[in-house]
Amino acid sequence: MKSTALAEHNALGNSRDASLRYRRREHMLMFILMSPAVLIVFLLLIVPLAWLIIQSFYVGDGVSLEHYRRIFTERVYWNTFLLTFRISFVVTLLAFLMGYPLAYAATVLPKRWAIVILAIVILPFWTSVLVRAYAWLILLQRSGVVNEALMGVGLTSAPLSLVHNELGTIIATVHILLPFMVLPLYATMQKIPRDLLMAGASLGASPLHVFRWVFFPLSLSGVLAGVTLVFVLCLGFYITPELMGGGRTVMASMLVSRNIQLYSDWGAASAVSVVLLMCVLVIFYVVSRLISLERILGTK
Amino acid sequence: MKQYCRLKTLLGTTLTAVSALGINQVLANGQITFVSQGGAYQEAQTAAILDPVAEALGITIHQDSAPDAWPMIRTQGTTGQAVWDVIDTPPLNCVRGGNQGLIEPLDFSRVPNAESMPDEYKTPYSVAYEFYSSVLAYNPEVFDDNPPQSWADFWDVDAFPGNRSLRNHPLGTLEAALLADGVAPEALYPLDVDRAFNKLEEIKPHITTWWTSGGQSAQLLYDGEVDMLMMWNGRVSAIMNEGARADFTYNEGILQNTHLCIIKGSRNLDTATDFINAAIDPEYQANLPLYIDYGPGNPAAFDTGKISEERSRELPSFPDNAERQVLMSYEWWSSSAGEDAERRWLDFMQQ
Repeated sequence: MKSTALAEHNALGNSRDASLRYRRREHMLMFILMSPAVLIVFLLLIVPLAWLIIQSFYVGDGVSLEHYRRIFTERVYWNTFLLTFRISFVVTLLAFLMGYPLAYAATVLPKRWAIVILAIVILPFWTSVLVRAYAWLILLQRSGVVNEALMGVGLTSAPLSLVHNELGTIIATVHILLPFMVLPLYATMQKIPRDLLMAGASLGASPLHVFRWVFFPLSLSGVLAGVTLVFVLCLGFYITPELMGGGRTVMASMLVSRNIQLYSDWGAASAVSVVLLMCVLVIFYVVSRLISLERILGTK
Repeated sequence: MKQYCRLKTLLGTTLTAVSALGINQVLANGQITFVSQGGAYQEAQTAAILDPVAEALGITIHQDSAPDAWPMIRTQGTTGQAVWDVIDTPPLNCVRGGNQGLIEPLDFSRVPNAESMPDEYKTPYSVAYEFYSSVLAYNPEVFDDNPPQSWADFWDVDAFPGNRSLRNHPLGTLEAALLADGVAPEALYPLDVDRAFNKLEEIKPHITTWWTSGGQSAQLLYDGEVDMLMMWNGRVSAIMNEGARADFTYNEGILQNTHLCIIKGSRNLDTATDFINAAIDPEYQANLPLYIDYGPGNPAAFDTGKISEERSRELPSFPDNAERQVLMSYEWWSSSAGEDAERRWLDFMQQ
């Protein structure tokens, strides 16, 4: 009894060794095949990033924490990061509220409707961010289409301030980031087996009940992926708040450029980038505890 | 740190290689690389000044453009690898660069054309090249016969209701605030920064938008998004020519200019100095307004007879117009008080 168990154990160990060796060889091959890509990433991403980080610790020619002291003690920086996170939060929420029904419709409607919906979401994606910001300006400004229409039907007597503020920034940013919410959601929803919904219905659940207890929980990984993408991308927005924010809406990436002008020292700007990058890494870390990162990045 | 140094060397080598390429093209009578801000402005001066000067001196002028020359001045100055020679840039960059050893002092003994120019048009490193002004522009349809004519009017939201805009930058804006608060133009500098920011707080709720680029300011007035704003005179006249409802006054305009200066370590220092002298020659300077709405840096250009009386009156540096304006003191803005004021701006915007 004891000896057979031992033999079995050995056999299992041998076959495990063999498969391990095989996998190791496969990994080696993969690594060789990947090396050109890895080299490019190393040269064009890792090295500049390392340089950026090193620079942020230099004031003139001396090593110093001055740039970081400024960021963590001056109110301007605190306010800017707070505003950046607030805008990102609102944009993400709105993108979710608008993107989820869109992705859902694309999933449940016949194929040709799905194509129309996805095309509407993706088409603006191919237009420059700058052009879209100006288009929104024309629509939302005092004498713009929206205000003229609102006053025309008598909903307001004076033009509303729809742009040159946080609101304008949020509207344009949601529009730009919506595809990043809809696409991962659509990918996830597509993979939800229809049988489960039918099973739910055949057991007597109302459509709303099936959605609430079957469909929605299964789509959650897509929600998390979309939310993370939109939030992180929004943190780094530059042109849109610059054009739509009326000068008052200062987001973190704008501080990077202001710091170059103000301190004429690359380090001052690098430090802001590094802090922003750290925020993003923390977010990714927290999210990666909940779902695998590959999922967010769309490889799985 | 090692990596940092190595990258610095790499950058230096690249710059050397680039400049070596330029040197291979050396011509008999010398050459320079001239840098300005691009666009219509650079085209205008090419026709008005650069081409005629190149022909007269028998030199080759290579051109480059940079909307903000400062980062490049820093890079070329600190690596000691000058690719540029003569830079057309706000005097703030020349003075600040000169103080940091990035700009060559200008040898005025070799620039006789500068002699007759007012002292405030010169710095130890540079000389005035052209003038523009930050003026009060407005929509004449909104104000009929009674348009705003001073910064005090701009601040008076009861007498002149309407949407307003200012530049998202303290340069010129602090001056306007102090003029609105009753500071006499000749007592403006050194700026009372606290007083200026207090006055700006007053108008802040009435500012629809703080513009960043010149094009944006033009769009705001053109589309009727704002009724009055501070903007650059060349931008207002450009949209006036396009038939926009726009007008402006030179009253209390903030007269600004760009200067010519030479980058530290220029390989063509002699040619560059000769070029500067020729470029501020009244004859060539008088050509500039024929191509664009900017005034000559050398006032003697108005005496050449080349610029018509009517045209002169439209230019910011025409003596009658200049008198009604305030010349911005770049010396003050490059001082530590000026730099502090610039840093305080962001704080003010976020309150």
